[in-house]
Amino acid sequence: MTAAAEGSPPLRMAGGRRNALLQSEAVQGVALISPTFLYALILLVLPILVVIAHSFWTQDYLTIDHTFTLENYRIALTEPIYRDLLWRSLYISLTVSLLTVLLAYPIAYFISFHGGRHKSLWLFLITIPFWTSYLLRVMSWKVILGYNGVLNSGLMGLGIIDEPSTALLYNSSAVIITLTHAWATFAVLPIFVSLEKVDRTLVEAATDLGDGPLRSFLRVTLPLSAPGVISAALIVMIPTVGDYVTPKLVGGKDGVMIANAIQAQFGKASNWPLGAALSVTTMIIVSLMAGAAVLVIRALQRLAR
Amino acid sequence: MTAIRRYLPSWLSSYAALYILFLYLPVIFLPIFSINTAATPKFPLSGVTLHWYEDLPRTPALIDATWNSLAVGVSAAILSTVFGILAARSITRYRYPGRRTVNGLIMAPLVLPEVIVAISMLLVMLQLGLSLSLFTVVLGHVLVCIPYSMTVLTSGFEGFDRSLEEASADLGESAFGTFRRVTLPMVAPAIISSLLVCFTISLDEFIIAFFLTGTEATLPIYIWGQLRFAAKLPGVLALGTLLLVASFVLMTVAEILRRRAARRTQNQGGLYA
Repeated sequence: MTAAAEGSPPLRMAGGRRNALLQSEAVQGVALISPTFLYALILLVLPILVVIAHSFWTQDYLTIDHTFTLENYRIALTEPIYRDLLWRSLYISLTVSLLTVLLAYPIAYFISFHGGRHKSLWLFLITIPFWTSYLLRVMSWKVILGYNGVLNSGLMGLGIIDEPSTALLYNSSAVIITLTHAWATFAVLPIFVSLEKVDRTLVEAATDLGDGPLRSFLRVTLPLSAPGVISAALIVMIPTVGDYVTPKLVGGKDGVMIANAIQAQFGKASNWPLGAALSVTTMIIVSLMAGAAVLVIRALQRLAR
Repeated sequence: MTAIRRYLPSWLSSYAALYILFLYLPVIFLPIFSINTAATPKFPLSGVTLHWYEDLPRTPALIDATWNSLAVGVSAAILSTVFGILAARSITRYRYPGRRTVNGLIMAPLVLPEVIVAISMLLVMLQLGLSLSLFTVVLGHVLVCIPYSMTVLTSGFEGFDRSLEEASADLGESAFGTFRRVTLPMVAPAIISSLLVCFTISLDEFIIAFFLTGTEATLPIYIWGQLRFAAKLPGVLALGTLLLVASFVLMTVAEILRRRAARRTQNQGGLYA
């Protein structure tokens, strides 16, 4: 725009007109989006700012003391219970995102490269379970893994175990299995999209130049689909850190995660500032972990090439 | 090497079949055990009954929760689709600085931990002195539905042939008239699809409703309350099955409409050529 305006006089006039036009276009565009933008601003950005503010305050019974303090963060980071919960949440979400991406990649590859005419049908099949209630999907894992559940009765029926195993439900593995299942779709879609963008002639070129299927996959397809792997990992990692339902239903004592502690601070324990500090800490740490994951995947991508 | 090349696709397709099984199997247990006579969900089934379904309409709390969910779902669907239409139209039709940032902010609820979104809204609403009710649940649901609505609508609005609108404007139609008589009919399937998607999300959403509701329960909150009682499990499974079927039907219709919208806008030339 500025380049056009710096041209010769007649051009500048045309550029000026175009600028005015663009400006009215921009104004219309901004005007159209502003209600939605304001809505997100008031109900998302403002609330998060309020949470951040609360995390620096303290609560004395029912009144909030507005003097600045870092005490909540000290508790969030050093109290063993919160530190353990944070670590466990990070461990669980990292494991879940690794598992979902590993499990999702082949299926995304299959649909993109061998899906043929049925690509959209495959995608639809994969997305349908995701549209069912999250609560119900978690509940169905409880039915499967429970003491009197499907897996136990099945294993007993097959004579593999003599009495129901209590090791299946109410621990962090149960949380990991349930979350891996619940977030599967979220990992398939971004990987599929990035595989669709891989230029097929590049794969052919690699094959023509003597690379076997495995080698051309590792050196061409896989590095080129790295952006999809990155978004899949992030889109699973960030929300699962703060999952509340799954640990509550299938996690038991050993599967409690940070979201349950946050909820307790806003509920029974009624210490909003501490709950706010825990929320902010979780968001910061998960952002750091997400950043680290991006760096690692990028480094691997460079190595592969 | 040729062996790998030959067997890879068949390997992959068996993996794909297993993956689909992994996705569907857990969900399928809900309907199976909802017709079991015994209250504990284990094989073999002790007998088949529709008893648990018959009990559902006789539970007043459940009827209330259903009406609440319907009211919240319809309001959230309409509001988020209106917000979605405005934003998607702006994103696909206009170019202006900061477009990507604004879009990113609107889509952010998709990738934030839901508990944190719910709690921060709760804090603000309490500070503003709003009493918690189904209205506050609607406010929260609209926020999380907008990103999905945007996704559906942008796929319907993209590739929309702008020359049709220009032609309409050149022929003397006002901006509103053009929108109503040219744009709207073309994107109607996408809009209906967005309504259905948002309604389904609101119907199934638990966390935000759990934090933002006052005394009134929506269906997922009702289910959550029932989960504490082992004896109530079959009834919950029956209700869950009905919800699954509802979501499945709604989403299938939404998907068909979304595809029709995408086809309509992209192949416009082909249709008339």
